[in-house]
Amino acid sequence: MRFDFTSEQLEFRDAVRELFARECPPARVRAAWDRPADAPLTVWPHLAKMGVVGMTAPERWGGLGLGPLDLVLVLEESGRAALPEPLLETTAVGIPLLDEVAADGFKDRWLGAAAAGRAVVTVGLGGAFVVDAARAHLLLLARGDELHAVEREQVRLVAEPSVDGSRKLARVDWHPSAATLLSSGPRTKAAVAAAFDRGAVAAAAQLVGVARQLIDATVAYVKVRTQFGRPIGSFQAVKHRLADALVAVELARPCVYRGAYALAHGEPDREVHASTAKAYASQAALTAARAALQCHGAIGYSYEYDLHLWMKRAWALAAAWGDAAWHRARIATAVLDGDDAAPGKPGDPHG
Amino acid sequence: MDLRLSEREEAFRAEARAWLAAHVPKKPLPSSGSRDGFAAHVAWEKELFAAGWSVVAWPKAYGGREASIVEWLLFEEEYYLAGAPNRVTQNGIFLLAPALFEFGTDEQKERLLRPMAAADVLWAQGWSEPNAGSDLAAVASTATRTDGGWLLRGQKTWSTRAAFCHALHGLFRTDPSAPRHKGLTYFLVPLDAPGVRVSGFRRLDGDEDFAEVFFDDVFVPDRDVLGAVHQGWKVAMATTGSERGLTLRSPGRFLATADRLIDLYRRNRQAADPRLRDAVIQAWMDAQAYQLFTLQAVSRLAEGKALGAESSINKIAWSEMDLRLHETALEVLGPLAELTGDAPDAVDGGTWIKGFQFALAGPIYAGTNEIQRNVIAERLLGLPKE
Repeated sequence: MRFDFTSEQLEFRDAVRELFARECPPARVRAAWDRPADAPLTVWPHLAKMGVVGMTAPERWGGLGLGPLDLVLVLEESGRAALPEPLLETTAVGIPLLDEVAADGFKDRWLGAAAAGRAVVTVGLGGAFVVDAARAHLLLLARGDELHAVEREQVRLVAEPSVDGSRKLARVDWHPSAATLLSSGPRTKAAVAAAFDRGAVAAAAQLVGVARQLIDATVAYVKVRTQFGRPIGSFQAVKHRLADALVAVELARPCVYRGAYALAHGEPDREVHASTAKAYASQAALTAARAALQCHGAIGYSYEYDLHLWMKRAWALAAAWGDAAWHRARIATAVLDGDDAAPGKPGDPHG
Repeated sequence: MDLRLSEREEAFRAEARAWLAAHVPKKPLPSSGSRDGFAAHVAWEKELFAAGWSVVAWPKAYGGREASIVEWLLFEEEYYLAGAPNRVTQNGIFLLAPALFEFGTDEQKERLLRPMAAADVLWAQGWSEPNAGSDLAAVASTATRTDGGWLLRGQKTWSTRAAFCHALHGLFRTDPSAPRHKGLTYFLVPLDAPGVRVSGFRRLDGDEDFAEVFFDDVFVPDRDVLGAVHQGWKVAMATTGSERGLTLRSPGRFLATADRLIDLYRRNRQAADPRLRDAVIQAWMDAQAYQLFTLQAVSRLAEGKALGAESSINKIAWSEMDLRLHETALEVLGPLAELTGDAPDAVDGGTWIKGFQFALAGPIYAGTNEIQRNVIAERLLGLPKE
């Protein structure tokens, strides 16, 4: 029994953290807000070069052949940096899903390109909106027990601006056809369900990173901001609020790692672990965001100050991939209902 | 990362489960807060010790079986799942013993550990005083040097089970001129020593579990000083790591409570209002999260990394979770919530309202949660002192 990462996993995380510090400073996150939805990705080439984009692709297609436990720490760092690029959609969800359901010919065409960062793959798994559809080359879209692979030119996009301006969301209008059908049937349905849980755990990992950054930024601020002749961080009202946020984040963290472990091992209760991860991380990030804003006071409420870049990411990701209430309802179905009819079987996570 | 249990761990778990299934009293023991109930609990402790299950992680020489920390966690899970009695030895085996292992002399370990584990000597904690609660360093009870030892004067209070115990471990001021934290020494005091007076009183839940302990020139020989003279704060802080964290409140008891809550909810389906359903699942998730947090800590301990102020996160987590578990159960019970174990229509023997009252103590004892938040803010987040 060992519930910890290997030194290789931790070293890779540290290297990615350094890359984000260099290539994804707050100014770049802020710049992403003002760039059009189809503007080229800017951190992506660096991530691809380091092997991060293709982490989850098999080595045969130029990837690193790594799994959810290797990726989860990297996703956490991407949240900490508020990376405005589709690491979740492409690397955590899209590539593993393609790898699972596509035929070799299709993989030859797309997997290598995706792993190398040349082709952006995004996903729509039942949710109404798709992230980064405008700059994706391939969209994986689920419908019933079918999975379709649709190229960007074959869809019409309606922009759906998010509160987080760096998240380029769109509603996707498209027509399923024999030409777009990648696979169908129970196996496909199961693969899409697993892909959804990969997305939920990945969002949870990013939320933990976002939350931790919100706390760290606030701690740095309340140490130097003085009122009544002393740092406001010395006041218990401020300390306790931040301590509660830290408790929430540090309890969410092992739930996220447990979720990644369940994905990596295809455990039968994968859904419960994925839902615990997402429910806990969503709540923790919302708690951290609220504490961060309150402890900053008015400066945190100003648009030109960077805090809102993370706060809005927390709000957006907490709602995406099933919010906390949706995931608790899914756990309730698994844990409480047994043989009885489920009074509250949750529906589509996106409403 | 590998969450599978080794063959040895699986075998250990199976052995513990089988023994507990055969030996845990079928009918719950009377509350340990009465003299008769306490005696029944001591008898149970002796049975545990005789079978080698009292202090599984201790060296064999002191009655343990040298279990790993993971095995200890497994034992705790099985213990509470089996519905076994609460541990009246806990203020000795879980609080004093870690400090004895770290600071005790060989003579002290030889003399004290085995009788503690065997429930031949029951220990109470003597920290709080009428004017030293959260501000523990304000301890005013004194110990003055005398020939061959010390004379203790003063008063301790809120001392759980002291009215039924044989000995007390706690802090006394030995150097009133030193800064507050530097003038304290940790003493081990028999409660039948001349000059000791123990006066029991009732807790919120009606149990006669609390006591005040008065010291009137009580002689304590040098051999009953734990750690160095004037270094009592250091010894006490080693104890708080255990008290707030792992050893006192392992995840097993909360996982068992969460399972009982799920069972209660399923038996009371008329209570299936969606908000309550959500609260039940939140409480269940909290217990899972606490277990995972603990596994993470245990994995670090097993690799020789130390735990520090993280134990304050741990303490807030279990104490607030325990309260939520019980509050949620009371909501599920609705009008039956107020019935005590003596009521003919009580559900589950009135354990939820009783447990709720015990859970209310959690955010207060072992350092109030406000103090824990200060520790987290100052030591984990690096915020300045007030």
